[in-house]
Amino acid sequence: MKIPSNILTLIAGIALTLICLWYGQNHGLMPIAASAEARTVDELFNFMMTIATGLFLLIEGVLIISIFKFRRRKGDLTDGPPIEGNIPLEIVWTAIPAVIVFILAIYSFEVYNKMGGLDPMASHDMGTQMAHHHHNDNLVALDLEGQEMALGLGASPGNKDEESLVVDVNGLQYAWLFTYPDTGVVSGELHVPVNRQVTLNISAADVIHAFWVPQLRLKQDAVPGREAQLTFVPDRVGEYPIICAELCGAYHGAMKTTLFIETEAEYNQWVQNNTFAQESFLDEAVANYHVP
Amino acid sequence: MSTATETKENPVSQNGHGSSHKQRKWQDYFTFSTDHKVIGIQYLVTSFFFYFIGGFLAEIVRTELATPDPDLVQPEMYNQMFTMHGTIMLFLWIIPAGAAFANYLIPLMIGAEDMAFPRLNAVAFWMIPVGGVLLISSFFVGAPQAGWTSYPPLSLMSGKWGEEIWIMSLLILGTSSILGALNFGITILTMRIPEMDLNSMPLFCWSMLATSALVLIGTPVLAAALILLSFDLIAGTSFFNPVGGGDPIIYQHMFWFYSHPAVYIMVMPFFGVISEVIPVHARKPIFGYRAIAYSSLAIAFLGLIVWAHHMFTSGTPGWLRMFFMATTMLIAVPTGIKIFSWCATIWGGKIELNSAMLFGIGFISSFLIGGLSGVMVAAVPFDIHVHDTYFIVAHFHYVLFGGSVFALFAGLYHWFGKMTGRMLNETWGRIHFALTFIGFNMTFLPMHQLGLLGMNRRIALYDPQFQSLNQVCTIGSYILAVSTLPLVINVLWSLIKGKKAGRNPWRALTLEWQTTSPPAIENFESEPVLWAGPYEYGIDSENEDEEDVEDMLTEVSAQS
Repeated sequence: MKIPSNILTLIAGIALTLICLWYGQNHGLMPIAASAEARTVDELFNFMMTIATGLFLLIEGVLIISIFKFRRRKGDLTDGPPIEGNIPLEIVWTAIPAVIVFILAIYSFEVYNKMGGLDPMASHDMGTQMAHHHHNDNLVALDLEGQEMALGLGASPGNKDEESLVVDVNGLQYAWLFTYPDTGVVSGELHVPVNRQVTLNISAADVIHAFWVPQLRLKQDAVPGREAQLTFVPDRVGEYPIICAELCGAYHGAMKTTLFIETEAEYNQWVQNNTFAQESFLDEAVANYHVP
Repeated sequence: MSTATETKENPVSQNGHGSSHKQRKWQDYFTFSTDHKVIGIQYLVTSFFFYFIGGFLAEIVRTELATPDPDLVQPEMYNQMFTMHGTIMLFLWIIPAGAAFANYLIPLMIGAEDMAFPRLNAVAFWMIPVGGVLLISSFFVGAPQAGWTSYPPLSLMSGKWGEEIWIMSLLILGTSSILGALNFGITILTMRIPEMDLNSMPLFCWSMLATSALVLIGTPVLAAALILLSFDLIAGTSFFNPVGGGDPIIYQHMFWFYSHPAVYIMVMPFFGVISEVIPVHARKPIFGYRAIAYSSLAIAFLGLIVWAHHMFTSGTPGWLRMFFMATTMLIAVPTGIKIFSWCATIWGGKIELNSAMLFGIGFISSFLIGGLSGVMVAAVPFDIHVHDTYFIVAHFHYVLFGGSVFALFAGLYHWFGKMTGRMLNETWGRIHFALTFIGFNMTFLPMHQLGLLGMNRRIALYDPQFQSLNQVCTIGSYILAVSTLPLVINVLWSLIKGKKAGRNPWRALTLEWQTTSPPAIENFESEPVLWAGPYEYGIDSENEDEEDVEDMLTEVSAQS
């Protein structure tokens, strides 16, 4: 009897491993990913999903088996075995989660670093004073006065020297306003060319908002009186929702717009169309774009 | 079982009803009573009163979300609904319900006559209805609509008096919570019967010790944040208002310094409840007593240094995000210890699958999901995606409903007999469990997917592509609403017609089962005797019969 039960456990273990490995990759819960960083976040999620599925099946399995196998029989008033603990077993189930979260923390750290989260330019909070707007990435690491620092996610370590398309993003009840300092275009939609690094300088005019593009897996609160940044390289042409994710008032749910990731040609065409249309109030837009 | 006990025992010292000792009258429950058992029941009934209000608000929210358009209530009204739903469920249901069990059980479990400060205890209770009624009254001036988190500057700009009432109400409820915690901690530390050392206390006392520490450390910080917010609101100061140079992020830090530990304040008493319920109905000692006891302390300690994980997308620099990610993930270790230990307690036992045990097992299986998604959202890169989405809504409902509420019901079915002298009906209990379990999972499981796919929270209108999943959630929430009917019927019917409980219907070993049901006014007719550890089941089952436990119980009561 001993050998079959061992084999059963072994088979159950293999089945459980296979199920969670398969489900971790095929859960289909994430939307399309529109940047390389988004796909690294998905890999992290898949890894967590694999472990979570395994633990879920293990614990629920134990509970379900217990319900059927270890029921009190009618009329049996005796107690179960007086087992009060098992030190080696307890050490094992303390150590395994500890190792798992250790691996998970290191992995998450790596992913966060890849996303540019530890870029000194973008990952520091400089308090409530407003950041000064000029962008010279090379000097950032040496900038002791903190003038160039903002919150959020910076450039991925591999893309540090690449020049960004800078867009100033202002959140206000209940709309997003995008200003392109290079061309003076002001728009309610965000248009960016594919495969080019984009840096968003995010601020808020009234209450806290949050800039979220699910397909980029990126979110950053827009806090009045503070400057935040998101840097990313979109690599998939398409239209994606830009959602305000922080409660900002009664019509919070309506505070939505669209991110257009376009080919270089489409993007240039769009800039051109809008530059002509907006030339007249260019000056005004530049003067106003970071008033809280 | 109870009938066998009754015939054997001295009819005078036994029996909850019509016995020699004085009983509480129903009027006593409406007075400023200093009896911890009266106060415990006052807490419980009051908290359930608010549960029905909070639940009603939740049903409005879910009905609104059945369609993508804001068509049932005005958007401002919708924001008031979910703000009040969150506030009521947390501060007027779960926290008072935890205090209800703590009040009722701690003195009984440690063999004391009452709490250390009975009058303070009564004051703490009576602040709950005052704070609660005040909060509900805010509907007359326009309820708060900035969410239960009440972040400035939005909270400073949307309805001044509703917001101010919310602040005042929370200050009152927070004070009540502090007074309660003071009482629980000191009672547990100083009033145990002499034979009971810390390591032979029931685990519920350990979890209340940890909870009380968190309340005492965290709540004053919330009070400070709320008072400063109130100044900004009423006196026009600029502590948090960026228009005058204030910093809204400071509020978030202060708020979460309390409100993250508050999650443990809400869930840890119920960890204790589960540690009591499961061994009794599995007829097996709790697996790893010390590991469970000390893991409560570890959770309490770690719970104090994880608050900024609620702010990963907010005004937090990268290094801070990494620090709080690490500490948050660490909490998985002591929490895992608890879940594994509960499972090991059940494994190999002789399970009596009654309503209390069903809710106990339901608790483990639901809380597990909340724990697993909790580790996920600790990872900063993933949290950036799901923060403020329905994934978070799913996560915290699995923690607070799956955790606290299932265990609350487990405790209710377990101790109802002790509290009232009559047992709850098992059939209605099972129906209640089935409806709750199905309704709960149907409401909150699909929310994980909604959040991942891109549905943000606190919205009255949403993208039509999410409608079908939302309708599943809404139907689930209706099942949850229906699930309260068998509970109400069961409680009312059992109060009058329920089976007599007797002293110890579950053949349990903790001290509260040594006295009558309901217990005498000062709990024990004579000093209770600690003749076994709280979970020493099965010790005499090797060669002797279970009857011995009964004999010993009879002996104990006969000595009086």
